[in-house]
Amino acid sequence: MSTTVGTTTEVRPFQVEIHEEQIDDLRRRIETTRWPSKELVDDRSQGVQLAPLQALADYWAKEYDFGRVAERLNAVPQFTTEIDGVDIHFIHVRSQHEDALPLIMTHGWPGSVIELLDTIGPLTDPTAHGGDASDAFHLVLPSLPGYGFSSEPTERGWNVGRVAPAWAELMHRLGYSRYVAQGGDVGAAVTDTMGRQGPEGLVGIHTNLLVTVLAGPPPAESEEERAAAKQLATFRETGFGYFLEMATRPQTIGYALLDSPVALAGWMLDHDTDSYYKIAGAFVDGRPTGNLTRDHILDNVTLYWLTGTGASAARSYWEDALERAQLLASGQAPPPVSIPVGFTTFPGEIWRTPRSWAEKSYPSLTHFNEAAKGGHFAAWEEPELFTEEIRAAFSSLRNGES
Amino acid sequence: MSSTVETATEIRSFQVGFGQQQIEDLRRRIATTRWPSKELVDDRSQGVQLDTLKELARYWATVYDFGRIEERLNALPQFTTEIDGVNVHFIHVRSQHEDALPLIITHGWPGSVIELLATIGPFTDPTAHGASAEDAFHVVLPSLPGYGFSAEPTEIGWYTGRVAQAWAELMRRLGYNRYVAQGGDQGAAVTDDMAQQAPDGLVGVHLNLLRRALGSVAGLPAESEQERAALDAVATFRQSGFGYFLEQSTRPQTIGYALLDSPVALAGWMLDHDTDSYYKISRAFVDRQPVGGLTRDQILDNITLYWLTATGASAARSYWEGGQAAAHAAGQAPQPVSIPVGFTTFPGEIFRAPRSWVETVYPTLTYFNEVDKGGHFAAWEEPELFSNEVRAAFRSLR
Repeated sequence: MSTTVGTTTEVRPFQVEIHEEQIDDLRRRIETTRWPSKELVDDRSQGVQLAPLQALADYWAKEYDFGRVAERLNAVPQFTTEIDGVDIHFIHVRSQHEDALPLIMTHGWPGSVIELLDTIGPLTDPTAHGGDASDAFHLVLPSLPGYGFSSEPTERGWNVGRVAPAWAELMHRLGYSRYVAQGGDVGAAVTDTMGRQGPEGLVGIHTNLLVTVLAGPPPAESEEERAAAKQLATFRETGFGYFLEMATRPQTIGYALLDSPVALAGWMLDHDTDSYYKIAGAFVDGRPTGNLTRDHILDNVTLYWLTGTGASAARSYWEDALERAQLLASGQAPPPVSIPVGFTTFPGEIWRTPRSWAEKSYPSLTHFNEAAKGGHFAAWEEPELFTEEIRAAFSSLRNGES
Repeated sequence: MSSTVETATEIRSFQVGFGQQQIEDLRRRIATTRWPSKELVDDRSQGVQLDTLKELARYWATVYDFGRIEERLNALPQFTTEIDGVNVHFIHVRSQHEDALPLIITHGWPGSVIELLATIGPFTDPTAHGASAEDAFHVVLPSLPGYGFSAEPTEIGWYTGRVAQAWAELMRRLGYNRYVAQGGDQGAAVTDDMAQQAPDGLVGVHLNLLRRALGSVAGLPAESEQERAALDAVATFRQSGFGYFLEQSTRPQTIGYALLDSPVALAGWMLDHDTDSYYKISRAFVDRQPVGGLTRDQILDNITLYWLTATGASAARSYWEGGQAAAHAAGQAPQPVSIPVGFTTFPGEIFRAPRSWVETVYPTLTYFNEVDKGGHFAAWEEPELFSNEVRAAFRSLR
């Protein structure tokens, strides 16, 4: 992309290019899908149901505009830069408000920067979206190593503990000396880790998944706590298959995710119960919830397909599982987060984090709210509501105070 | 297949017949595989290795003889019969020795009747395989519902306890009123259920997987070195080898899309079983050093059977049924087994069941042995040794 002499810290502009034969091959594969028989139940208890996946495949092959991914991404400023041996792809949108607060937001799995695109407007241009100029952010949206247009790690070790310092280096390279970080899902793990590592310049974090509970059982005394603990137990009993498979055998499931578009789409849809039914509803009944439209869902699935990153993304679970096991074996607790923490509970999330759990995980909690709607993919599903939460969580960190 | 008036208990002869276009479609899919990048480790710890699966795919598409399954299965007497609403496929080979002991052997996952074919000779014709006429069995090898050429259940409820009842009905229909049963893997679960149910005519069982210990090691002794080693092996399996099991137990439909649509996804999923068999199979492809009966052709016979019968999802559902049954039975002790039980520990199995564990689970244990080779697919890998074990286990019931 560049004819200048490359240095390892160079930041290069990036444009997505998709070749027609990639699209033709994808469409041919969707059209020649060999389908299993229908599940024997009337709900998601055996996995992604045949009817929504067939509706998805039908729409994907016949109606979906395959130019959307390139069009949407190339409409925003994209860059790559090599950090710690991996080429990191990121979107970087500066607000017109010069004293905007720099914010790095990390997507999760099965997400990508696609799930965050519709927050760019509200976060960087608040006056056009019901906010004040003082709510503005300069926004950095990186693709995790092995996801989307970031390159795949070619060596072991890229757990969230390594991604976090890479993000700090990225913010440093972009000249941001005072910034905040946000994330849900895997992005919450990265953001939580950034909070614990406390790199220079990071003044606050906000997450919308309480990743700390994956390390050990939280208290279950109040009614809210018991309800959340029950949700967590249900997830571990019946919703944990994809997690365990990726955490232990990413290569094996990787063959499916690279070779079969419907296997990829099925695997990506089979996440939490709330988002599954919302997405299934979008395809079967044509009734999307919030921003989880057919086109948006397929933008994300198509991105995974065209970048061929099913296996490399799954490997990130393997890396994190190894890191968690090593930490557990060491008997050491991770360092606490000492900077201000904001947390938002979205009601459709895998478990509804009670304030007490967030406070226990983060003694420096400065913002907690339970939003009225939204689920696991909060930024994607409800970008405006999500933006309001981010603005509120970080409002006390404006004007150079910290 | 039949022009006679059908009754629900009719037994019809069966022949395998695949269409040429099925083979061509399969070969085309293998040839156009879109591969992931190579794993980042030098062992199986991230799953099936790329070199192994690429070599399997190359051999499958360019060397493997797709006529093998028809040839091997159609060389044997095959039948189907409807039991409890499902059309059950089975191989039935009677020994020339009329007083042979009837034996029903159940395959497992990711297996099929393919894994048992090489035992038919030693069982039914012992004098041609170094044994005596008194060792003869009449052999019945059914395909589990949803596997191979058995039909897929069209309703929930086909857990192993229901399969066990169907097998008893099958043996009754075949006119056997005194018989024994054997199984490993899923087949061990079915056989264990048969032993608990103790249908009329079942006089003994032999197992080569202590299935109950995979579910819970509660109550099993953990003192001797052997016991602690077995406990560690079970723990390792549950920590790092349990992904396929949990996925199939909870989301068979989701993984089913991959298993039906992508031959390499199917092959990868089926190879990613226990550590011992994985490395044996991997070596057969990469180093061309097969162990026992686990040859390239035999491995591909089994995978090709899953592909051509398109049973990846329906077979996975049998784990879901197992999960449901386990959840319903939580806290309840299984029925005690009162008929004679034989057990053989093969050294490469997921865990080496010590005699003390087997005795704890089966107080009526009449035969126990630990042999010096073989693994999870014991019948497939070491058919002669396996046959010897089954003969020895049932000798007292002759």
